Amino acid sequence: MEYEAVIGLEVHVQLNTNTKAFCACRAEFGVEPNTNICPVCLGLPGALPVLNKVVLSHALKVGLALGCSIQNRTKFDRKNYFYPDLPKGYQISQFDLPVALAGEVRIDTPAGEKCVRVKRVHMEEDAGKLMHDAEGSLVDLNRAGVPLLEIVTEPDMNTPDEAYAYLTKLKSVIEYLDVSDCDMEKGSLRCDANVSLRPKGESRLGTKAELKNMNSFKAVKDALLYEIGRQAEILDGGGKVAQETRLWDARQAKTFSMRSKEEAHDYRYFPDPDLTLFLITDEEIGEARAGIPELPQQKAARFMSEFGISAYDAGILTADKRDAAFAEECIKVFPSGDKKPVVNYLIGPLLAEANSRGCGLSGLKLSPERLLELVSLVQKNVISNLVSKTVLKEMIDRQATADEIVKSRNLAQISDTSALDGIITRVLAENVKSVQDFRSGKENAVMFLVGQVMRMSAGKANPKVVQELLKRRLADA
Amino acid sequence: MELYSLTGAQLAELLKQGKISAEEILSSLSLRAAGKEDKVKAYVRFGGKLESLPAEGAPARGPLSGIPVSVKDNICTRSCNTECCSRILSGYRPPYDATVISRLKSDGAAIVSTKTNMDEFAFGSSTENSCFGPSRNPWDTQCVPGGSSGGSAAAVASDEAVFALGSDTGGSIRQPASFCGVVGLKPTYGRVSRYGLVAFASSLDQIGPITKDVRDSALLLNSIAGYDPKDSTSVNTPVPDYTACLGQPVKGMRIGVPKEYMVEGIDPQVREALLRSLEEFKRLGAVCSEVSLPHTEFAVPVYYIIATAEASSNLARFDGVRYGFRAADAENISAMYSRTRGEGFGKEAKRRIILGTFALSHGYYDAYYLRALKVRTLIKQDFEKVFGEFDCVVAPTSPTPAFKLGEKMGDPLKMYLSDIYTISANLAGIPAISVPCGFTSGGLPVGMQIMSGHFREETLLKLAYAYEQSAYAGSRRRPEL
Repeated sequence: MEYEAVIGLEVHVQLNTNTKAFCACRAEFGVEPNTNICPVCLGLPGALPVLNKVVLSHALKVGLALGCSIQNRTKFDRKNYFYPDLPKGYQISQFDLPVALAGEVRIDTPAGEKCVRVKRVHMEEDAGKLMHDAEGSLVDLNRAGVPLLEIVTEPDMNTPDEAYAYLTKLKSVIEYLDVSDCDMEKGSLRCDANVSLRPKGESRLGTKAELKNMNSFKAVKDALLYEIGRQAEILDGGGKVAQETRLWDARQAKTFSMRSKEEAHDYRYFPDPDLTLFLITDEEIGEARAGIPELPQQKAARFMSEFGISAYDAGILTADKRDAAFAEECIKVFPSGDKKPVVNYLIGPLLAEANSRGCGLSGLKLSPERLLELVSLVQKNVISNLVSKTVLKEMIDRQATADEIVKSRNLAQISDTSALDGIITRVLAENVKSVQDFRSGKENAVMFLVGQVMRMSAGKANPKVVQELLKRRLADA
Repeated sequence: MELYSLTGAQLAELLKQGKISAEEILSSLSLRAAGKEDKVKAYVRFGGKLESLPAEGAPARGPLSGIPVSVKDNICTRSCNTECCSRILSGYRPPYDATVISRLKSDGAAIVSTKTNMDEFAFGSSTENSCFGPSRNPWDTQCVPGGSSGGSAAAVASDEAVFALGSDTGGSIRQPASFCGVVGLKPTYGRVSRYGLVAFASSLDQIGPITKDVRDSALLLNSIAGYDPKDSTSVNTPVPDYTACLGQPVKGMRIGVPKEYMVEGIDPQVREALLRSLEEFKRLGAVCSEVSLPHTEFAVPVYYIIATAEASSNLARFDGVRYGFRAADAENISAMYSRTRGEGFGKEAKRRIILGTFALSHGYYDAYYLRALKVRTLIKQDFEKVFGEFDCVVAPTSPTPAFKLGEKMGDPLKMYLSDIYTISANLAGIPAISVPCGFTSGGLPVGMQIMSGHFREETLLKLAYAYEQSAYAGSRRRPEL
C-alpha cells in the first residue's frame, strides 16, 4: 500500500545567555566539571530559582520571529522525574501556559512553498551530564540550569526532506536572532521527531513513534527515512505500529525501542510555586519586537528587489546571517549595475570552496575587495572560470591577491591565436575520430575537442577563442 | 533574675547599658539548657552546651547585638548541620546561610549553633515525627509541645532560648506556641524570605518568630522581614518598625469572631479561654462581632492536597546522589533511589509523599490538585470579604490544649485536625499570631490566634500587645521544670 508519513518535530535550543536560567552561575562550557555551580543549580535544600530576564527576552524574540502570539500570562511548571543528572528531582519547564503559541515556518518543497505550523515555544532548564566509567557514574552539573527553548511543530511535515528543510530554516532564523549558536554537535540544538504513517488519502493519524538521539540534521533525515520504512513494513505485513520512544543508532543506521507507551513517565506537571506568574506587557513585547533584526526571509526579499537576483539565489545567500552580510558587501562593492557575475561567483565557485572546507562564505577569510578582483579577472578574460577556482584556493591558503597568484604562477588565459594554433594542431592530429564525427554532422564533437585543448593548456586557454579557432580549422580542412 | 529568663528586648537594654555581656547571656542559656534538656529535649545534636555561630562581619552594635537566636533544624546555617530532623539529611551541612540567618547576623544576633527539634521536614503537629525522638512540653513533660516547630517553642517556654525561629506551613509556629504558652507569629506569605528554608510546601511556608512576649516577636520580625531578590515569592513592600505600633490604643478596632471556628471538636476550656479574651478586648475598647468564613470546613482537605502535592515534588531532591544519606550497596540506580528513600524518610514523610504524588498523578490532577487550588481561592476570598469590614479575626489557635505523647500517633487524621484553625491563614497567605490566653484546669496553656489582612502584621502585634499588657503584665506564668 502507499503510505503518507506524518512528521512533527520538537527542537530544543540552548540559549546563549551569560548566566543560567535561574541562578547567576556562568553558562559556559568546556570548563572543569562542577565548577559553574551554586546552591540553586545544585538543587540544594532551601535554594530557590529566580528567572534570568534575558531568557524571557530571548524567548519573546524567537516567538515573535516565528510569528507566534506571545502570551500575556506565562508561568513555569515542574516536570517531575528521577534521574541522577536532575538535581531537584524535577525540571523547571512550562506546561499549559507557554510563552508563545501558534506560529509558522515557511519551507521550500519540490511542490512549492509549504507552511509548517509551530504549536508552541516554551522555556525550560537543562539537566546535567552523566559520565560513565568502569568504576561507576559521575555527574557534571555545569550544564544543569542552562536555559533552553523548546519549539514544537504541529504534525505538518510529510517527508524527511521537509523535516530537513524545516530544521534548516528554523536554525537560520534562530541564528539571525543571535540567541543560540545552534550547534547540534555541541548539543546546543537537539531534535526529537514524531512520525506515523497512514494510507495515502486517509485523514486520521496513525500510531506514532518518537525518535530520539539524532545529532545532526542529516541524522534526523536518515532516522525518519529508516523509521518510515520500518513502519511501512509492519503495516504491509498486517501488523500494528507500537506507540513508543525509539533511539536512533547512527552506526547501525537503525532505530531501537527505548520505552513503550506503558513505560512512559507520568511527569506530574504542576505550577512551580517558587516562581510566580509572569505578566508580559505589550511594552515588553514591543521592546522584543524592536530587538529583532532583519530575518532571512526579509533579507532575501530585499536582495531580490535591491540587487535584481532570483529567489533561489537570494535564498542561498541569506540562509546564514554572517554569509549574508559578506555576500551583501560583495554585491554592493561590485561596480556594475548587473550583479549577476558576482552573485554567480558567490553561489558557484565560492560556495563550492566553502563547502569543501566545511565553512560558510564568511568563514573563507576573503575580503570582498579581493574577491571582486578575482571576479573581474574572469570577466576580463584574463583567466578562465576554471583557472579562477585554482586561484581562489591559493588566495585563501596564501592570503594573497588574485593578481599576485596569476602573475607568479603564470596562469593568465591564453587568448593569443598564434599561441593556441600549435596546441590545436596537435589535438586535431591526436583525435582523428572526433574530427570525423564532426564532419559527419555531430556538432557536439567540437566540445570534446575544446576540452582537449583546455586540458593540454592546463586550463589556461580561453575556451571561447579555442572554440572559434577550432570551428574555423575544421571548416577549412 | 537569671539572664536566661529575660526577653530579648530586656537583654538588649541591659547590654546597651553595659551591665551584661553577650558571653554571659550565652553561658546562662547554656547552663539552663544543660540542666533542662534531659526533660525537654528542645534541641537536637545537643552536646551539653550551646554555642553561637561565628558572626562574620557582624556590626559592633546592631539591634540584636549579642542576643542568641535559636533556629529550627530546617533553616540553613553554613557552619552547622541542617538536617530537618530526618535521617535522609544526616550529616548535611549547607554551604550557605538562609537569608533570615544573614539578616540576623548582620543585626548582630548570635545564632545558636545547636538547632531546635521538629517533625521531620515539618510534617506533623507534635514533634513526634523527628528522627531524634520527640521534644516534651515544658508544662507537662508527658505532653507534646506541638509541632512542627515544637523544639523552638519548648526551648523558648523552658527558658533554654531567648527566642527562636520556626517555620509555619499549616500552623507549625502558632500551634506549638499555643501548646507551650509562648507567642508565635506567622508573617504574611512573601514578608520573610524563604531562601534557605528547606521547603515543605513552597506556596504555604513562612519563617517566623517564637518568643516569650509580643515585643520580642516584633523585634525579631524587624530583623528577618523584607524583600529578598533570591526569593521570587518575597514581596518588595516597605518594612515598618514593628515595635513602633506596640502600645498604640486598640479602641474602636473591629474584631471578627468566625462562627465556623467555635463549633464541635473544640475543647470547652479552650472555648472558655477564648470567650474570656474577647471580654478583655471589649474592655480595651475593641468591638467584637460574629463573622462567617463559609469555606472553613474545606481548609483541612484542601491543605492536605496542596501541601502534600508540593511536598512530594520538593522532597524529590533527596535521592542519595549528591548529599545526605545514601543506602549502601544498592545494585543499580533504581534500587539506590528506593532504598535510600525507603530507609531515609520516616513514616509520615512517606505518607505525605505518596498522598501528594497521587494528587498530582495523570487522571487525578483535575479532581484533586486543580480543585483544591480553586477552593483555596474561595478561602482567600472569605478572608478578603471579612477584612473589608473588620481589622482582624480572632479564634482559638488549636481546638485543644497540648495532648499526650503518643495519643494521636496512630491516627493521622486526628493529628491533622489539630491544625484545623491555623491552616486557613496559610492557604490565604495572611499573617497570624498566637498569644497565650489562659490555662486549662490541668495547668496547660491555651493560645488565641489573631489573623489580619496581607502585610498587616502591625494590626496583629498592636492588638496582641494590648491584650498581653492588660491580661498578663508582670505576671507571666512559667512552667516548673
